[in-house]
This record gives sequence, C-alpha cells and structure tokens, in this order.
Amino acid sequence: MNVTICIGSSCHIKGSREVVDRMKELVNENGLSDKVELSGAFCMGHCKDGVCVTVDGKLYSVSPETVDDFFKNNVLAKV
Amino acid sequence: MTDKRIFDTKVQVLKYKVLKEVASLAWEDKLLEHVLDIPKTIVPGKVPTMRCCVYKERAILEERVKLAMGGDPDNSNAIQVIEIACDECPAGGYEVTESCRGCLAHRCQDVCPKGAISLDHLQRAHIDKNKCVECGACARACPYFAIRHNERPCIRSCKVKAISMNEDFTAHIDNSKCISCGSCVYMCPFGAIMDKSYILNVIDMIKKSQNNQKYKVFAVVAPSIASQFKYAKLGQVVAGIRELGFFSTVEAALGADMVAYKESKELSEKGFLTSSCCPAFVDFIKKNFPDLAPYISSNLSPMATIAKEMKRSDPDCKIVFIGPCTAKKMEFRKSEVHKYIDCVITFEELQALFDSKNIDITSLDEDVLDNASYFGRIFARSGGLSDAVAEGLKEQGIDNFDLKAVPCDGIEACKVALLKARKRLLDGNFIEGMACEGGCIGGAGCLTHGPKNKAEVDKYGKEAYEKTMKDAISVYYIDNKQE
Repeated sequence: MNVTICIGSSCHIKGSREVVDRMKELVNENGLSDKVELSGAFCMGHCKDGVCVTVDGKLYSVSPETVDDFFKNNVLAKV
Repeated sequence: MTDKRIFDTKVQVLKYKVLKEVASLAWEDKLLEHVLDIPKTIVPGKVPTMRCCVYKERAILEERVKLAMGGDPDNSNAIQVIEIACDECPAGGYEVTESCRGCLAHRCQDVCPKGAISLDHLQRAHIDKNKCVECGACARACPYFAIRHNERPCIRSCKVKAISMNEDFTAHIDNSKCISCGSCVYMCPFGAIMDKSYILNVIDMIKKSQNNQKYKVFAVVAPSIASQFKYAKLGQVVAGIRELGFFSTVEAALGADMVAYKESKELSEKGFLTSSCCPAFVDFIKKNFPDLAPYISSNLSPMATIAKEMKRSDPDCKIVFIGPCTAKKMEFRKSEVHKYIDCVITFEELQALFDSKNIDITSLDEDVLDNASYFGRIFARSGGLSDAVAEGLKEQGIDNFDLKAVPCDGIEACKVALLKARKRLLDGNFIEGMACEGGCIGGAGCLTHGPKNKAEVDKYGKEAYEKTMKDAISVYYIDNKQE
C-alpha cells in the first residue's frame, strides 16, 4: 500500500510534518513497515484541503488531530 | 507597471522590454512570425533616444532579442558581450585632468613610486604611461582630485580580471577566467554585456505540460526573493508564478537547510571546508585555486539539493529555478545538476514573464510559501550560511568541533581568504564564499539592490513555520531512503 503525504507549503503550515511523524509511528507500532510505503509529494494540487494524503491514489484530507482515526479507518482496515 | 520603480537602472528596463516582447509572442506561438518586428516595437519612430540613430538602436535590439532567445550557442558562457552595444569607453588609466592647478607641493610627483610624473613649464603634472603602474597613489595624493582613473566600468566590476579589450576596442570576456557572476552585466552603463535567457525553454516546458497534466512544472525560488518584488507581497509573487502555469513553488531554502545540516557534519569530520552553494565561488576556486578544490564541500548547492528530493518524489516533474543569479545558468548545465534542474531564470526574467501574460500580481490573492527554516532562508545574505552551519553542529550535538567561520562577502574577500588558506595562515576552518557583495541579495539578476535587503531576508527568515533545520528537513526522511 502506498501512502503519500503532501509536504508542500500549504499542507506544511497545516501540520504535514506532524502527520508524517505520527504516520511513521503508527506504521511501526502496527508492524506494517514492509506493507505500507510512505512517501512525500511537494504539492498535490488540492491546497485548500490539506493536509492532503493519498492512499493508493485516493485523496483524503487529514490533520494532526485526525491522523489516528484516519490511519485506523483507511490504512489499518484496508491493508 | 512603469509607474512603480521595479528596476534599479534603465538598462534593466530595456532588457526587460525585450524579454517581455519575446515572451508575449512565444506564449501565442507567434515568435517566428514576428521576431523581426520586436526592435521596431520597442524603438518606434525616427528620433533616437539612446544611440546615434534609431537604426543603430534597432540593430542593438536585434542582438538583445537573440540573447533573450538563448544567445550564441557557440559561446559556452552564460554571459555574453553585445559588441555593437559596447561604447568603447575610455580606458587610458590614470590621467591628469584640466583641474590640475600646477601647485607647488607636487604631492603627486613625490608619492609616485616609479618616477612617472613630470612637470611642464606651468608646473602642471604629466604621467609617463611607459612608467606608470596604475597604482593610483598620485590620484589619492592630489588635493584637487585632478587625477582621474579612466577605467572601464566593466573592467572595474570584474574582480576576477576576465575582461579586456579587443583590438577594435570592444569588451572581451575571457571565458577561462569568467565565473559568470554577472557583475559586469549589472555595471555596464550601456547594457553591452548581458546574460543569456532561457525563458523560451520555460514557456515551452509550461505549454507542453498541458496544464500540468502531462507532467508537473515546479518552480524553486531562491530565498533572496524576500528582498524583491517589493511592490507586492511575497504570497502574491508565488500566486503569480502559479498564474504563469507552474504547478507549485518550493523554497530553495529547504535545500539550504539540508546543505547546512550535512555540511556541518562534513566540516567536523574533515576539519576544513569551503562552501559549495555559490556556483561563481566554486568556479573561482576551480579556476584559480585548484589545489584547494578538494576542500570544497561535497554537497550539491541548495538549488540542486531540493530539486533532487523533488525528483525523487516525482521523477517526471520539471523544475525551474528562479533566483538572483546568473552563475546558476552555468551551474544547471553541469551533468550532476542538470538531472535535477531543468532550467534557470532570474527575478528580472520572472518580472518579464508576469508582464508578458499581463499578470498584475498586486491583484492576486496570496499563496503560501513555507517549507524551510529560518536558517535555510538566511542563506540569501552574507553570513547566513555560517550561522546555519553553526546551528547544524548544535542540532546534531557535535560539540567536539570548534567552528571558526570566515564569511566572505564578495569575490575579493573570497580571494583573500583562499590565499591565506593556501598558505595555512587563515584564522578559520570554514570559508563561506559568496561572489556577490552582500550575498545572493546582491546578485546580478535581482530587480533591485538596496541597503534594506538584508533586513528583509532576516524578517522573512523569522517568519518561517519551522524553527529548526532538523524539523524542516524531516520531510526528506519520510520513506527512510534519504542517503
């Protein structure tokens, strides 16, 4: 599973670094590092919906507050 | 736009007009059809305003058009002389002027170390050109400032002594010495030396991307942008870049964060380094101090570093660097950089591109530009890189290395430090070399140069969302594949 997190300017100031850090923790805690590939993108063209995250190409809007729920529902449940 | 003072000089305005015309036609695919009309569009009528006649003005403009379209492909340098625009300025060296009063003291004669000054029957001084070594002592000694130095502005501006005169008295650039810093471009009062422009490549890249559908075109902007486009807000400049057709803009300063982080570690391991950010400084070392070349930091420049990361996340994207620098137009053509950077343009050229599409950036809503930390952003001014390297040591907990940075402001200061380093007399272990005075904010491709620019860069630095380099560069490590 490919999870890409936008690290462009708009998403960055909405907390993409916090999202990245937490996602990395969650992937490790759940032992998914060989199943989930995390990567960054410098803009996904949906700046108003940041922090933009795609899971196998499907776009989601995540924030540092919702990242745990997002992981549970869209990564852990589907991997 | 003419009501606002966008440029420092009228030479820049002229260059801008040409760039704008070329770009306007290129966007509409009409360049081939109308390229020959451009000189007449810029100089209509029959009354000359710049040269002896409108025909010479137009002939020179034809050469400017060629430069705006990429310049002479047989000349490898990004800096080129427009021979017919060269006014063949006086270059006679020190000369006694009419202001000489034939005084009694004759300080000029006393200080001349070569006995080159003689006096006529009216006690007025004369310089024997066969003896004069151009030291200038006489000019400094004369209480009437009656001895003038006739030196060409281009030659005076060129601190690496790459400019001389052709047999026909036009300026000549020795490419084996030139570091493409562009100081002659900015200094020539007749606009006879110019940097080649690659705006057509950028326009082509944007058009062929089909609204960023086929591939994305990113802009990477230099942090010195904080001191530019002062008639608008930075967020509006970024919005303007998007209006031009770029997909998004990223700060080169995020590359600078990474460079400073790695460079501080490399420095602590090797014990002595020179910086590698400024391509003109790197070129200067390679051409004049090859024995010190092994000490050049192994890092790519901030521009190439961030672009490498961007291509890693999107291998198909195209990346255009927008900055103050003419030497970057040389750097990006090196094979180790060209795989990351597709094109380079200057702030002057960005202004021309905005106006070629009638984009009034002051009317746009602000976009966000925030990738880097304070430290990456202050790279734009002299001393910033040294501060960032100190921070890099601190953030990595490297406390067994005593940093002694030598920030060199301008190529002459660089030369002094390198001469000392060669003789092992340098009181320092890190040379921060910036070819332009003031650092990148003094670059030849800037729209304006002013005393407040440094403060603008520092202010922009303080506005950064990330406060440490470590936090800023953590995005490089998302997939744990960063080397």
